[in-house]
Amino acid sequence: MDFSPLWDWFRWLNGATGIKLTIFYDSFDRWRFFYGFLTSVRLQATCLALSVVVGVVGAWLQGARSRILRGALQGYIQFFRNTPPLVQLYFFYFALGYVLSVEGDGGLRQTLVSSFAWAVICLSLYAGAFNIEIFRAGIEAVPKETVEAAEALGYSRLGAYVYIVLPLAFRISLPALNNNLVNLVKTTTISYAIAVPEMLYVANQIWSDEVNVPEMMNVLLIAYVSLVGVVVLVMNKWERALRVPGYVS
Amino acid sequence: MLLPFRLARPAEPVFSPTARWGLMLIVLFALSVGAAEAQTSAGQPGILATIWKWTPLLAQGFALNIAISFLAMAIGTAAGVPLGICQISLLPPLRGGSWFVTQFFRNSPWLVLLFYCMLLLPFEVNIAGHIVPIPGWIKSTVGLSLPVMANMSELVRGAIRSIPAGQWEAADALAFSRRQILWMIILPQCVKRMTPPWMNLYAILTVATPLCSVVGVSEAMTLTRDALASEARNELLVPMYLYLLAAFFVYCYPIARATQALEKKFAVK
Repeated sequence: MDFSPLWDWFRWLNGATGIKLTIFYDSFDRWRFFYGFLTSVRLQATCLALSVVVGVVGAWLQGARSRILRGALQGYIQFFRNTPPLVQLYFFYFALGYVLSVEGDGGLRQTLVSSFAWAVICLSLYAGAFNIEIFRAGIEAVPKETVEAAEALGYSRLGAYVYIVLPLAFRISLPALNNNLVNLVKTTTISYAIAVPEMLYVANQIWSDEVNVPEMMNVLLIAYVSLVGVVVLVMNKWERALRVPGYVS
Repeated sequence: MLLPFRLARPAEPVFSPTARWGLMLIVLFALSVGAAEAQTSAGQPGILATIWKWTPLLAQGFALNIAISFLAMAIGTAAGVPLGICQISLLPPLRGGSWFVTQFFRNSPWLVLLFYCMLLLPFEVNIAGHIVPIPGWIKSTVGLSLPVMANMSELVRGAIRSIPAGQWEAADALAFSRRQILWMIILPQCVKRMTPPWMNLYAILTVATPLCSVVGVSEAMTLTRDALASEARNELLVPMYLYLLAAFFVYCYPIARATQALEKKFAVK
């Protein structure tokens, strides 16, 4: 499809009103903003998936027999819940990132983990800590009799967890989970601080180059609100579809 | 029968003592200090001594974090309560408008709002011929209070909706006007219900205050990075960041515990 009339209109808009939306008519800015958008979506999707995995595994480990394991898990949850995600990110990227770096050629240190990977690790652990509590509450809402029935049918602890408890718990805890996942999508913007080239970072580059702060700021705000709005819509639809019939908490 | 879903369950006795988590952090911190101490070359001051040297400055920064959180919470609550009440207004434009404002600010990332306020609010205003400068931290406080306002608005709406319809009907039968019902019967009951989530919102806001460092406010995070930059000692990185994390933990964890305790106390049996 040929968008050039649209781009030309934005160029005309700049000439006529001074509204400088370079991301539409300047192909360099357009592409870097587009890649920033893609990086944002990629970061958000990866973190969403991983944080759910952390939540599921963590909630399972909370039922472990070892007190030390449970204690360590609880320590992790409380630590990540009660400290600022931005400071966590800095801690991972600058402090642990330094520890995990090697002396490269010419005395420069080479990091082993990229900033994108650190953002994924940190944000997944951060949201995962909340997910564990959410899944735990969901698992507790599954009646003991159901688990006992599964055991009577010869399910192992893991088997009963994967096939019986988790599907039910997932549906029960979906509203709380959605809330947290929407929060995670919003929190991914903090990866700006460690120079992950996502939308906010790219927008910052663009407004530094083109000196169009108000335009870019509004574009950015609208872009994020729509992005999060889409996530909220999809999640709400999903929530309604998966609601356990007749269940009132 | 499926059991009720409860998030705020009191922690099991095995995990409950607060001291345990404090202890864990201290052990973690001590380990990192020990490891860093081992890397300190001769003639340099020790890690603990260095951290102690910077503590007064970091405490000043942390005080600014707390001040920002108090102020943003106050503004957010003051603006959010009327907005939430507007959301149940009988006037469709008012209801729709306040719903839109709430959803808009709830769905926008905190950092983006912070940038927005930081870059687009004026740095000084002219009040009756006097030039009044607006420092950056005030602008970032305004930025943080916007999402607080939206969340508060949702809290108020949720709390009002959670009051059983019987209360409205009974008050109606006693010839209270709508305004009287809201002010004298519904909202007083909401206050109790809203207290735990309100405290939770405060805790969320407090851990969001370091975001101000990204837009250049000299709060604890900025000062920690400045201190690290001026020391230029890599073995200091881990202990210093852990120190800051611990400071936030010590402040926020008791709030989280108190929230849980209140929720348990107010829970309907």
